[in-house]
Amino acid sequence: MTIAFKTGESFRDDFRYANSDAAILRFPFPFGEDEYMYAVNLEPHFAGGATDAFDTAFDVDEHYVSECREREMVLRQDPNRCIVLPHMMQAQWDTLELIMESLARDYPDHFQLERDGRRWTWRNRPLGIEDRFTFGMPDTLPYEPFEYITRQAQGDFTLQDQRDGNLYMDGGMVTTQADWSLEFDLGMTFHEWHGPVPLAHEMGIFDRALQYLLRVQYGHPARRLNWTMTVNPRLDTSPENYPVWGPDRTTITPDNVGERLHLRVELQTFFRLPRSNALLFGIRAYLASIDELARVPKWGRRLHRVLRDLREELAGYKGLTRYRDIAVEHLSRYDDGAPTSPGIAPDIRTLPA
Amino acid sequence: MIQRDIAYRVRAIESLSPTLKRIVLESATGDPLPVGAAGAHIALTLKCGDRILRNSYSLIAPSDGTGRYELIVRRTDPSRGGSHFVHDELTVGAVLAGYVPHNLFPSFSHARKHLLIGGGVGITPLLAHLAALRREGARVELHQLAAAEEVALFTQLLAPWAGDDVQVHGGREGLDLEALLSRQPLGTHVYVCGPAALMDRVEGMAVALGWPDGRIHRESFGASGGEPFTVRLARSGGEVRVGPDESMLQALENAGVAAPSLCRGGACGECLTRVLEGEPEHRDHYLTAEEKASGQFVMPCVSRAHSDMLVLDL
Ligand code: FES
Repeated sequence: MTIAFKTGESFRDDFRYANSDAAILRFPFPFGEDEYMYAVNLEPHFAGGATDAFDTAFDVDEHYVSECREREMVLRQDPNRCIVLPHMMQAQWDTLELIMESLARDYPDHFQLERDGRRWTWRNRPLGIEDRFTFGMPDTLPYEPFEYITRQAQGDFTLQDQRDGNLYMDGGMVTTQADWSLEFDLGMTFHEWHGPVPLAHEMGIFDRALQYLLRVQYGHPARRLNWTMTVNPRLDTSPENYPVWGPDRTTITPDNVGERLHLRVELQTFFRLPRSNALLFGIRAYLASIDELARVPKWGRRLHRVLRDLREELAGYKGLTRYRDIAVEHLSRYDDGAPTSPGIAPDIRTLPA
Repeated sequence: MIQRDIAYRVRAIESLSPTLKRIVLESATGDPLPVGAAGAHIALTLKCGDRILRNSYSLIAPSDGTGRYELIVRRTDPSRGGSHFVHDELTVGAVLAGYVPHNLFPSFSHARKHLLIGGGVGITPLLAHLAALRREGARVELHQLAAAEEVALFTQLLAPWAGDDVQVHGGREGLDLEALLSRQPLGTHVYVCGPAALMDRVEGMAVALGWPDGRIHRESFGASGGEPFTVRLARSGGEVRVGPDESMLQALENAGVAAPSLCRGGACGECLTRVLEGEPEHRDHYLTAEEKASGQFVMPCVSRAHSDMLVLDL
């Protein structure tokens, strides 16, 4: 699979970002029905799903190069976006091996890994990287192994240590997050870092999800989708950065909502790591404006219905209150009231002009 | 991305004693084997006559780029058939289907010290832990309980790590468990593998001495043994006996019933089955308290029965 990377995108200031037709059609649209409610929507992370975004262990798309550059920029300003506690060194190497092997297997045109015992050679063609190092020896890499490899991957990653029947967030690379902070959550248990989520706790969602995740086995990863909305295609909506992006929320008008308001979907993946027995979370964010998504007729109709009927406490929790009415009004033009098919698939192969 | 099955080829078989064999497996396809960490086990599918058994065996050495998995299998008596097959029929070169390694008995990097206690063939995962922990330079102490006639054999298996902190004790009374647990430094984790009675004794003693739960670890293969019972299949007819050392799901699978499963640990909900008669003993984390109380559903991967008979909608 050869991907044409867009290299000049920006996720801040002048916001140069758009999805090609192919990228829209492969978007992991999160709503399988016209109505949204929390569920323990975990499923095995098998190859193949409703769109191409589910085809590989770690999805790489046309935004890869630009997203890696954006990450570099965030880390330059704030190195604490990547922290791993000292006892997680084995999990770091586990992560490096998993990501390198997956990328080399799934995208052989772009990534290559040669292993000669512990002496490895890694080639990342899109980023122009070629490094030789000794697996297990951190000094042979320019960064610690977890930081090294997650600088070359799209999406955030966290490392969970499993002990006392719980998961502890003991490391992460977090630069594209939806308003949470690694520095703040580091060392917390599963329930602690999720904090108060309306309705979900009463429904026992987190208890069930934790029990499932504790049992994720090596070689049997799991996945789920989560979503929120973001004004402008901004990847770094961190609490640290709130003064920069918070005011964006007040800028939505009926004239600009279609192109400024973005659906932000997280494809979350969960991998058991073999040496450390830790659990790697991949939190891969996808952004598309609501007008881009509405080019898929089914998604336009459905997005309108989901936002219109979303329960008030959920809208508040996801921070949509300020612009929800404007968005619903705008989306109503794409909803002719026709029924939609179940599931998230776009149901078309090419976009209408 | 999901890798469930691997084809293994038997590379070597070595007889350690009349009842113990060491088996070395390699990949039958030439693809590299996944990492098998200390504490991990693999499930092998064994075809014994017209029966299909799925038995789990601990790796006795960490496997990370070595290209092989090593196991020790004891001939048990009476066996469900698996160990007799391994001892009497398995030959070098044979190909076996199996799962990738799964680790329910890992060591904990936080531990100040690791105390390993084995009984009989329960030494197998502890051999892997000892090798890995010694290589990492961690503080570790091992005590192996063995029948008098097997002391020499286990001493020999442990020879590469011989020292004051690796001991083999002959006979049931060979080890003063209370004294051993009492003299451990704070922050020690204890790992026990062996007969259920030994694991219960170590766990009970540690709890009585005030050890936190999170520092007591026992090997279980995720198995869910208990009193035997019988399952009657309402739709397909027939009865399946669930033995004390197998799960209801394993018993169904062995009987050729196509039962769905995913996590095999009572968490995902995949194996949900309707109960028509009998009283389930719920051990899962999936059903809600009300669903459990209703007695209408059961998760066969972990749960069992309080009654002698369970009638399932299968
Ligand atoms: S297989 Fe997952 S609950 Fe039984």
